[in-house]
Amino acid sequence: MPLLDVDHLTIEIPTEAGLLHAVNGVSFTLERGETLAIVGESGSGKSLTSLALMDLLPSRAVRKARSMRFDGIDLMAAGRREMEDLRGDRMAMIFQEPMTSLNPAYTVGDQLTEALRRHRPVSRAEARDRAVHLLERVGITAAASRLGQYPHQLSGGLRQRVMIAMGLMCEPDLIIADEPTTALDVTIQAQILMLLRDIQREFGMGLILVTHDLGVVARVATKVAVMYAGRLIETGPVEAVFGAPSHPYTQGLLRAIPVPGRTRPGEPLGTIPGQVPNLIGPLAGCAFRNRCDRATEACAAAIPERDLGPGHRMACVLDPVAVPA
Amino acid sequence: MLAFLLRRLAVALSVVLTVSVIAFLLLHLSGDLATDLAGPEASPEQVARVRVEYGLDQPLMVQYGQWLAGAARFDFGRSFYFRESVASLLGDRIPITLKLGAIALGLALAVAIPLGALAAVKRGSWFDRAALAFCALGQAVPTFWLGLTLIIIFAVNLRWLPVSGNATWSHYVLPSVALGWYAIPAVMRLTRNGMLDVMASDYIRTARAKGLRPHTVIFKHALRNAVVPVVALAAVQFGFMLGGSIVVEAVFSLQGLGQLAWEAIARKDFPVVQAIVMLLATIYILLTFLADLLNAWLDPRIRVA
Repeated sequence: MPLLDVDHLTIEIPTEAGLLHAVNGVSFTLERGETLAIVGESGSGKSLTSLALMDLLPSRAVRKARSMRFDGIDLMAAGRREMEDLRGDRMAMIFQEPMTSLNPAYTVGDQLTEALRRHRPVSRAEARDRAVHLLERVGITAAASRLGQYPHQLSGGLRQRVMIAMGLMCEPDLIIADEPTTALDVTIQAQILMLLRDIQREFGMGLILVTHDLGVVARVATKVAVMYAGRLIETGPVEAVFGAPSHPYTQGLLRAIPVPGRTRPGEPLGTIPGQVPNLIGPLAGCAFRNRCDRATEACAAAIPERDLGPGHRMACVLDPVAVPA
Repeated sequence: MLAFLLRRLAVALSVVLTVSVIAFLLLHLSGDLATDLAGPEASPEQVARVRVEYGLDQPLMVQYGQWLAGAARFDFGRSFYFRESVASLLGDRIPITLKLGAIALGLALAVAIPLGALAAVKRGSWFDRAALAFCALGQAVPTFWLGLTLIIIFAVNLRWLPVSGNATWSHYVLPSVALGWYAIPAVMRLTRNGMLDVMASDYIRTARAKGLRPHTVIFKHALRNAVVPVVALAAVQFGFMLGGSIVVEAVFSLQGLGQLAWEAIARKDFPVVQAIVMLLATIYILLTFLADLLNAWLDPRIRVA
C-alpha cells in the first residue's frame, strides 16, 4: 500500500469571472522513502495540490477526487477533527515564506513544543528536550538558547530550519515542502535542500517537494511530476523524465536551463513562447497546445495518458521525439 | 527592553511639560486676569491689590515656575468661584469619573473584542452582517438619547436600577453602558479588520498545519496579534471617556470631572480649568505609555523599536 495515493484530484475556485479550474485531474502515488518533486511554473496548481493534501485550501476552493488515501486513510472522507489529528502528527508541511510563517508573538520554543504537545501526552520538559534535539539535528548551534528567542531575532535560513524542526516534532510519515528554498539566499538554498534530503533518508519519510527549480529536482527527487495549467502532463522517475523528456512542455522546460557540458558559452537558452491559458471556464484538449510548436488538430480533443515506461506517463497525443541536443 | 522603557518615559515626560506650558498660558490668553477677578466695578487700586495678591505682577516665567512647582505637588491654587482649594475639588470628582470611565471601557472591550473576533472568523455570515449593522447603529445613536432611553426602560419602567446619583455600584451601570456604547463600534471594527488580516497570514496557516484546534488558532495565535492596534485605540477611547463624559454625567447627575469642567469654563474659573486640562492630559499620556508597554508585551518586535 503506497503512503499516499492521489487519484484524479480536482480543485475549483469560484471567482467573479467564473469557475477557475486550478487543478484538473491530478493523480500520483508516493512510497515511504521516496521524494516526489512537483514541478511547474507559477499558477500551474502545484502549491494548491500540496495544500489540498493537508486540507489547508482557502475556504472557497472546492476539492474533489476519485480517491485520496494517506496510509490507507480516506482523506476525502476524513472529518475536520480527523484531519486536525493527522496534520502536524503524521503529515507535516514546510512553507515557502520562513519570514512570515512563524508567529511573531511567540518564542521559537513555544511554537516548537506546541506542535508536539498537541499530539502527544508529553511534559513540557520532554517537549523541550525534543525541540533542542531537533534544532541541533537541523544544524542550529546553541539550540537550547534559541528556544527563548523570537522569530524576528533569527535570519531567514534559521527560521526555515526552525520550520523544518517543527515539522519533525512528531516524526511524521509525510513531509510536504512548498518551495522551501525560494525565499532564501542561494548559498542557504543548497544547505536547506541537502538538509531536507538527509532528514528524509534518516527518518525514512515520504517527501513531496513543490518547486519551480529543476536543478533542485535533479539533486533531491526520486520521482518528478510536471504540472502545467492545473494538469499533470508528465510524471515518472527522475532519470526517465530527465533522461528522456517526452512531453513538449517538459522538453521546453529542460531546454530553458543551462547544462554543464551541453550548453555552449554564449549560446542562448531555450524559451517557451506564449502564455499559460486562462483557467476560468471549461478548457478542452491539451492546455499547452497554443504554445506547442508541434500542435495538431488532435490536440483539441481529450488527451489520453500514455505509458512510456515503468512509472513514466505523459498526457500528449504525439509520439515522443528525442530532444534535439 | 530597559532602553525602550526609558525612551518612552522620556517622550511621555516631554509631552507632559509641553501640555503644562499650554495649560498655564490658557490663563493669560483671555486678557488681564486681575481686572476680571476684581470685577467690573473695581477701582484701579483694588485691581492692583488683586494683582499682587494672586502674584500676577511677577514675570511670566516666575509665575509659570511657581505654578508648575505647585502642580507637581497637586497644588493648583484656589478656585476663583468655589472659594476652596482646586485639589480638594478635584479629589471629590476624580474617583467618580475614573470609576465611570473604567467600567465603561471594560464593558466596551468585553463586548467589542469577542464580537469583532467572531465576526471576522465567521466572515460574510449572518452573524458578521448583524455585527456590522450593530456597529453602524451604535455610532448613529447619540449618547444623551441612549442615556435617557436607558433611564426610561431600566430605571423608570422596570425599576431595576437607580435613575441617577453615585451612591452605590449599581448607580454606575446605566451611565457606563451609555458611555461605553460609543466606544464599541470603533473597537469592534478594528478587532474585526485586525483578525481578518491576521487570519489570512502565513503563521495562521502554519498553526493549522500543526493540527492545532480552531480555538487555539483563533485565541492563541490570531487574537494576540490582532489586538495590538486595539490596545492603542482603547487608550485613546479611555481618554475620550474621561474628558468627554460631560453629557453622560449631566444625564445621570454624576458629579464628575466633566461636570466640574463645564461649570469652571462657564464661570471663567481658570485655576480649575487648568488643573483639569493638566490632569486629563497627564492621565492620557500615562494611558498611552501603558498601552505602549502592553503592546511591547503582546508583540516582541515592538520592544526593539
